[in-house]
Amino acid sequence: MVSSFKKALESGKFVVTSEVAPPKGTNLEKMAHHIELLKDKVDGMNVTDHQSSVMRFPSLGGALLVKEMGGEPILQMTCRDRNRMALQADLLFAASRGINNVLCLTGDSIVLGDHKEAKGVFDLESSQLLMTVRRMEKGKDLGGSDLDGGVSFCAGAIVTPEANPLEPQLIKFEKKIGAGAEFFQTQAVYDLDNFKKFMEYAGQFPVKILAGIILLTSAPMARFMNKNVAGVNVPQDLIDEMASAPKGSALAKGIEIAGRMIKRIREEKMCAGVHIMAIGKEDLVPEIMAAAGVE
Amino acid sequence: MIRSITRQKPVEEVDKLLDGLGRVFIIGCGTCVTLTHTGGQPEVEAMSETLSKRGKLITGNVILPVACDNMTAEAVDEYNDRIEQSDVLLIMTCAFGVQTIARQTKKMVVPALDTLFIGKETGLGQFDEICTQCGTCILGETGGICPVTSCHKGLVNGPCGGTNNGKCEIDSAKDCAWTLIYNRLKELDRLDLMRKFQRPRNHQGEPSPGKFNLALNP
Repeated sequence: MVSSFKKALESGKFVVTSEVAPPKGTNLEKMAHHIELLKDKVDGMNVTDHQSSVMRFPSLGGALLVKEMGGEPILQMTCRDRNRMALQADLLFAASRGINNVLCLTGDSIVLGDHKEAKGVFDLESSQLLMTVRRMEKGKDLGGSDLDGGVSFCAGAIVTPEANPLEPQLIKFEKKIGAGAEFFQTQAVYDLDNFKKFMEYAGQFPVKILAGIILLTSAPMARFMNKNVAGVNVPQDLIDEMASAPKGSALAKGIEIAGRMIKRIREEKMCAGVHIMAIGKEDLVPEIMAAAGVE
Repeated sequence: MIRSITRQKPVEEVDKLLDGLGRVFIIGCGTCVTLTHTGGQPEVEAMSETLSKRGKLITGNVILPVACDNMTAEAVDEYNDRIEQSDVLLIMTCAFGVQTIARQTKKMVVPALDTLFIGKETGLGQFDEICTQCGTCILGETGGICPVTSCHKGLVNGPCGGTNNGKCEIDSAKDCAWTLIYNRLKELDRLDLMRKFQRPRNHQGEPSPGKFNLALNP
C-alpha cells in the first residue's frame, strides 16, 4: 500500500513533516495531544527513537499511536539498540500495522545518553538498514530466507548539508540513495544560500529533500547549537536578530524566523518541503506553519 | 610493537575485592604496564604502601619480566613460599598476565588493573587502539585505517551524522575515523573504494572465544 506521505511526496505539493517524541514512561497524554494538534496539518509525523540515546517509550509504539489516531507516522529507526534480527522483526511488525514510512538512522552514541554503560549495537548502520528494507520488500530477509507476507515502505534517511568536511557526508548521502532512500530530511539548515548550493548538487538525484527547520528559542540556544550540535551553523545575523528581540518575545522572533525561512524555501522551490523540529515545543508547529503561509 | 594498555582500578574497588583477605602478595610486570606506569616497580611499591596503610600485610612482591610469557610458571614457583603464606595475589599486570598467573597457582587472584585495549604506540607515551581482531579485515578497502576499531560505532559505510570538524561525537580528542579514511583515500586517488557499499559485517568471523590450533591449520 502506498502511504499517504509517499503520495504527498510524489504529488509535487510543498510537503511538511514534523516530529513527536514518545514520553519517558507510559503517560501518552502529551504525545497524544501533539498528534491531535498536528495530524491534519502535516503530511507526516516522525516518531523519534530514543532521541539523543535517552531511553523512552518505543518509536514503534508511538508510531502505532499516531496511526490509531488517524495521523501519518514516519517511524524513526536507529541501529544503536537492535541487531539486524530485531530491526527486521520490528519492520515486519510495523508493516503489519500499516506503518509504511521509515526513517533509517545510524543513531547517536550510547555515551551521549542516559544509559551510559549500555552496549551500543550498530550491527547495521543507516545505509545497510535501507538496503535491508528494500531486500525485505523483495520477500527475503538478511539471512536469505523467504518472508511469508511482504512489506512495503517509503524509506528515507538524513543528510547534513553543513557537515564539515562535506565530501565524506555527500559520499554517504549517495550510498544511502544507492541503498534505496527515497527521501531525506536534513539536519537543521539556517543559511539558505548555502542550502541552495547543496540543493544544486542534491537536485540531480531522484530523491525528495525536506529541509530541516529547528525552531530557535533564544540567542543563547542558537550559540549552544553552533558549539555543540554537529553540522548545525546558525549565521551571526540570525543570532543578532534573536538577541535583538524585546525581553519575553524571543520565542515569537524564533517563530517569525522559522516561518520566513520556510516561506523562502517554498517560494524559491528549493526542495520538496520542510521537516519542522520544534524539540519540546511541538505546540508551536501550527504557528510556525501559519507564519510561513503553509496550512 | 603492540602493547596491552591498562588503567589502575580505583583503590576503593581494590579494597572491596580484597575484603577479608589480610595477607597480600603483589605481582607487577616489566613490560607493557611498566611502560604505561600502571604496574611497574614504582607502582607496585606505591600499592604496597597504600595497602599497608589500610591494614593489609604485604607478604612480598615481584616484578615478572613478561607476565604473559610461559616462563611465568617458573617465576611464580620461585616465590612459592611467600605465595603460600598469602591469602591472595594482587596482580598489577594486564588481564593476559592475570590469567597466565592464575593458571600457575591455586591461590585466588585479584586484578588491580583494568585492561583497556591492545594498543600501538603512536607518539611518546601515546597509545591508540587500531585493531580489535574482528576476523574479517577490510583494511584493503579503507586505505589501511580500520573503521571497525577507529570509528566509535564501527561503521563501515562512511561517517555518521555526529562527525564534527574531523572529530568524533563522543570526544573531540578522538579523530573521526571516516575523515581520516577519506583523506587517505583521496590522497591515494581511490575514493571509489569509499563509494563502494559494504554489506552488513560478519560478526562471527571467528565466533568468540577465539581458538587456533596449528595442527588443524597447517
